[in-house]
Amino acid sequence: MHVSVRDTDWDGVRLHVVTGKGGTGKTTVAGALALALASNGRPVLLMEVEGRQGVAQLFDVPPLPYEERRVAVAPADDGRPGGDVYALAVDPQSALIEYLEMFYNLRQAGRALTKLGMVDFATTIAPGLSDLLLTGKAAEAARRKSRGGGSGGGSGSSVGGGFVYGAVVMDAPPTGRISRFLNVSSEVSGLAKVGPIRGHADTVQNVIRSPQTAVHFVTLLEEMPVQETLDGITELREVGGGGIQAGGIFVNMMRDAELADRKSAGKVTLGSKARDTHALQMALKAAGLGDDAELAADLAGELADEARTARSQRAQRGQLVAAGQPCYELPLIKDGIDLAALYKLAQALREQGAA
Amino acid sequence: MREPRGRGAAPLVVDNLIDDRRTRIIVCCGSGGVGKTTIAAAVGLRAAERGRRVVVLTVDPAKRLAQSMGLTSLDNTPRLVAGIRQAGPGPAGYGGHEDGAGSMHAMMLDMKRTFDEIVESHADPDRAAQILANPFYQSLSSSFAGTQEYMAMEKLGQLRRADEWDLIVVDTPPSRSALDFLDAPQRLGRFLDGRLLRLLVAPARLGGRTGLKMLNAGFGIVTGAITKIIGSQLLRDVQTFVSAMDTMFGGFRERAEYTYRLLRAPGTAFLVIAAPEHDALREASYFVERLERDGMPLAGLMVNRVHRSPAARLSAARSLAAAETLQGLDDGESTALGITALRRHAELMRQAESERRLARRFTLAHPLVPVAQVPAQPDDVHDLNGLRVIGASFAPDHPPG
Repeated sequence: MHVSVRDTDWDGVRLHVVTGKGGTGKTTVAGALALALASNGRPVLLMEVEGRQGVAQLFDVPPLPYEERRVAVAPADDGRPGGDVYALAVDPQSALIEYLEMFYNLRQAGRALTKLGMVDFATTIAPGLSDLLLTGKAAEAARRKSRGGGSGGGSGSSVGGGFVYGAVVMDAPPTGRISRFLNVSSEVSGLAKVGPIRGHADTVQNVIRSPQTAVHFVTLLEEMPVQETLDGITELREVGGGGIQAGGIFVNMMRDAELADRKSAGKVTLGSKARDTHALQMALKAAGLGDDAELAADLAGELADEARTARSQRAQRGQLVAAGQPCYELPLIKDGIDLAALYKLAQALREQGAA
Repeated sequence: MREPRGRGAAPLVVDNLIDDRRTRIIVCCGSGGVGKTTIAAAVGLRAAERGRRVVVLTVDPAKRLAQSMGLTSLDNTPRLVAGIRQAGPGPAGYGGHEDGAGSMHAMMLDMKRTFDEIVESHADPDRAAQILANPFYQSLSSSFAGTQEYMAMEKLGQLRRADEWDLIVVDTPPSRSALDFLDAPQRLGRFLDGRLLRLLVAPARLGGRTGLKMLNAGFGIVTGAITKIIGSQLLRDVQTFVSAMDTMFGGFRERAEYTYRLLRAPGTAFLVIAAPEHDALREASYFVERLERDGMPLAGLMVNRVHRSPAARLSAARSLAAAETLQGLDDGESTALGITALRRHAELMRQAESERRLARRFTLAHPLVPVAQVPAQPDDVHDLNGLRVIGASFAPDHPPG
């Protein structure tokens, strides 16, 4: 049996929870991470929990039902075929019915509940129950063993302890809600002190607080998403019982210039605006653009803005690095995200050791 | 330099909106991360400095935003923002007060506190204390999906009734799905008010009535299942809560309906905020369609953080060609600076062009929706001046992107 010999930063993690402030490209990064993990040859499940059908849009497939469906195949790696990426859109209602069926054989009641609009009711009556059902589904998928050693479309049956999926990636709620979302046990404990919900919550909590789960943060080099990332990491560490493992920080949508700037730190130094304008005026003339002081001044202004942005981004980066988690950089995809772009991002993640 | 505009879409001039005294509520909505809260604060400041008495209601706990308004933090009480520049007495129709006394208050929604206040104002002290101590109420008021949206709308209703401000700018919660805040009040209202809740708690009450017997048999299974899931203790908490709240239920639906009507009334204007990116503009399309379907007064789309170059007369292609020419020359300091500047300019021009293309696509799909562009700032907003710079783009003569 061929087992991956590559060391990645998250070996041993079975449940990758991907969060981020709105607008940072959380779903895209979750998709790229799923592909990158599947490159190890084992099937990966990509779950979404917010009913936005973002994963379906990302992989350009019809809206996903409550069913694990193959949406992509990871690229081959070292001559080894890539694993499949499955996707699942989880909603609390379906998860509740499945839960009733699985644990209590209450399919009948589940149907009656649905008919009466009671499932919606039950998931809203107990705040936290919805979150528990969603995280419970993720924990179940991450721990699911294949019957008789077969695996969900993948090949390596006994690799990784006979789990159906090599890993599960969850496109989770945004950073502002993440620790509450994952801290299911305390969410329901105020309500359900005993009983089956409590038992289920404890089981789910054991998976989420174990080293098998890591919470990754997607951010841009802007003040607000960076601050939310730092707050999110702190909150995870403060969750009772040893906290929840914080994962990597994925700096998304980096422009080529920013990436290049990182490699050859500041070849050009800016002087005063008047001096730069004068130098630019000479350069423009030499380039055949005529003697245009106004154009030179405008271009100097653009450079100054760029420098200000770069300075503020450097400060943000410094804060992220100080958080002590591995940081990964992902390039800005200019022409919209398609499968080729996802492969490119997945490749970048593998090169940096994220998967 | 003005660009030819697509037929149909008039530009959105935010100044006209805030100068119109009939505008009493501005709702900023849009997907997360597009700068909604910053825009709401900039609109509020601009309006205050043009003579309106403004309160900005935000749901975003961002400290930085509070600090940019000179407040250490925001809470559930409107706080006066210092440093507002007073507008002089304006000409008729300018929108300001005759004395030019504009002002700005800012507050952040505390949903639990707001919910508590409703309970306290609607029940006698004993009953209120009983409700506030109920574990089910505590969960409901702090984490029910939709409570935040409901309380934001409740607060909006309160501010409107207080009549202390002549313009309320509200920034909507970062909803999981577009425009949850339109549905949530009714959902919560329906839930709290609903027969379902009471049926569940006391199915026996209705048991005697004919026709409900069948339903009741169904409920037997259902309550059994619910008890199994959530435990009998929680069900008891719900029961206590419901009987304690009994007198207030009608009020919840009524209040939800009041805010919904308020939102549809003339005097309310919805601003949909988007970033010039594919996903954000697609979300904006959903928002626009939903607002139109609900008959909500949509003022227009604000495309935030638009890049534009002051040197648009130099195209990306010519800029790159010039950079190449320079590369063949000596590498003096000015040459190196020139190459960097020309490449940067070409990138900026391309970015601006791609943003314009995306915005045009939106306009093709929604030709009648007015659009405004808000230029990107080189770094984040840190003070009132930062908000003022954003507000400057609300003027009618501001060059379109």
